[in-house]
Amino acid sequence: MNATFKISSKVNLFFTEVGDVTFFAIRFFKQVFTRPFETKEFLRQCYLMGNRSLLLVGVTGFILGLVFTLQSRPTLMEFGAQSWMPSMISISIVREIGPVITALICAGRIGSGIGAELGSMRVTEQIDAMEVSGTNPFKYLVVTRILATTLMLPLLIIFGDAIALVGSAIVENLKGAVSFQLYFNQVFEALAFSDIIPATVKSFFFGFAIGLIGCYKGYNCNKGTVGVGEASNAAVVYTSMLLFVIDFIAVFVSDIFFEI
Amino acid sequence: MKTMIKEEPVLELKNLYKHFGNNKVLNGFNLQLYKGENLVVMGKSGSGKSVMIKCLVGLMQADGGSIRIKGQDITSLGQRELDLLRTEIGFLFQGSALYDSMTVRENLYFPLRRHAHIMGREEEAEKWIREALANVGLEHAIDLMPDELSGGMKRRVALARALILKPKIMLYDEPTTGLDPITAKEIIQLMRAIQKTYGTSSLIITHDVDCARVISNRMILLVDGVNYAEGTFQELTQSSDPKIKAFFK
Repeated sequence: MNATFKISSKVNLFFTEVGDVTFFAIRFFKQVFTRPFETKEFLRQCYLMGNRSLLLVGVTGFILGLVFTLQSRPTLMEFGAQSWMPSMISISIVREIGPVITALICAGRIGSGIGAELGSMRVTEQIDAMEVSGTNPFKYLVVTRILATTLMLPLLIIFGDAIALVGSAIVENLKGAVSFQLYFNQVFEALAFSDIIPATVKSFFFGFAIGLIGCYKGYNCNKGTVGVGEASNAAVVYTSMLLFVIDFIAVFVSDIFFEI
Repeated sequence: MKTMIKEEPVLELKNLYKHFGNNKVLNGFNLQLYKGENLVVMGKSGSGKSVMIKCLVGLMQADGGSIRIKGQDITSLGQRELDLLRTEIGFLFQGSALYDSMTVRENLYFPLRRHAHIMGREEEAEKWIREALANVGLEHAIDLMPDELSGGMKRRVALARALILKPKIMLYDEPTTGLDPITAKEIIQLMRAIQKTYGTSSLIITHDVDCARVISNRMILLVDGVNYAEGTFQELTQSSDPKIKAFFK
């Protein structure tokens, strides 16, 4: 009886949370197109999220490309298919691994940052102070951040993919004596619009999810400083789960339209 | 005092109710603030003082009752009208609530952003910021970050930010809490000076008896969500009611 009650209350809590996030998202869409537009703050957030994540995304992408190529080489060589290496690596990275890994890194870096920042602003009454001063805090803090993550994540993913391919090309150059020109010729030959478009479209959704969950958790934070930590942590955990759900849906839909 | 009471109140709460689940915080609270007066609301911690002041500026929604500021019922106002009305109210938060990612200048600039007539010229905004900081004696701190300021300085900057739009009504939420007695005294003196300079009407929420004694023209004791007693500091301290006496021990 007790176990059943616990399960039902957890299920209830889950659906309540899903409902609250949905209302939060609806509030975002209602306010995103209405004046006044916080353009300056939006650009500042784009700079903070994009520019400050470049190094992390670049280093991760580079190592991803190196390791992926090093690990795949022996298997392909066993089948005498090492000439397929650029095609295989580029399709894997562009379609799936690049977007998912970059999004997960950004969920950790950007999502937790938003959760902690808005959470601490909430518990120290800074959000209330903003509202009292006649500024709509939802527009200033939430709308700008969600828009910035939605716009910047695809750019970071493209950057991360490019660096990963450079890492892969270096391994191929050193291990297989494949020139950079030949490597990238094969890469561009292998990649089609049906690889790039679904990956780019889903990266916008990834960015939206990171911004939405980070802002939701931070903006609705309570319970003082403990709540700030919880908001930051929950932002990363829930966003990571949501990213895989979005990825699954994106692959499913891409399969219908592009027959991957 | 009597001349003040004859006028229309600039701020009026009638039968204010606010519940959190089964916890009835405000149970028909009433308040009138008249032009130029300093009204102190005293109550124990958790008695609903902060909830009341947050309902007053629309940060929380009351469950019942009416809130009128300068004759306008704020519960019937749209967001735009409410924002406009809020420009006539200065709010000093308990923890100062300075934006910690912004400098002192940017903190003071923030409330001016939506006021094109001031912001039209950059030097005009700078003049307003410097004037507000000069009034709290902190012109030299203009480029500092909030974490470089002491508790008293933070409270002064928060006061300058609350005053930047030259409001007619000032709301103080525990203005001296967390400050040492000397700094608390300085803040109280500053509040008096500000009232003289700007001619504001002030609602002060506090449990600091010294603050109430120095600054109040009139006081309300908030107990169990209602006005338990009302009068001047002198009248209340002379009361024989044990509940009232407990406040001034």
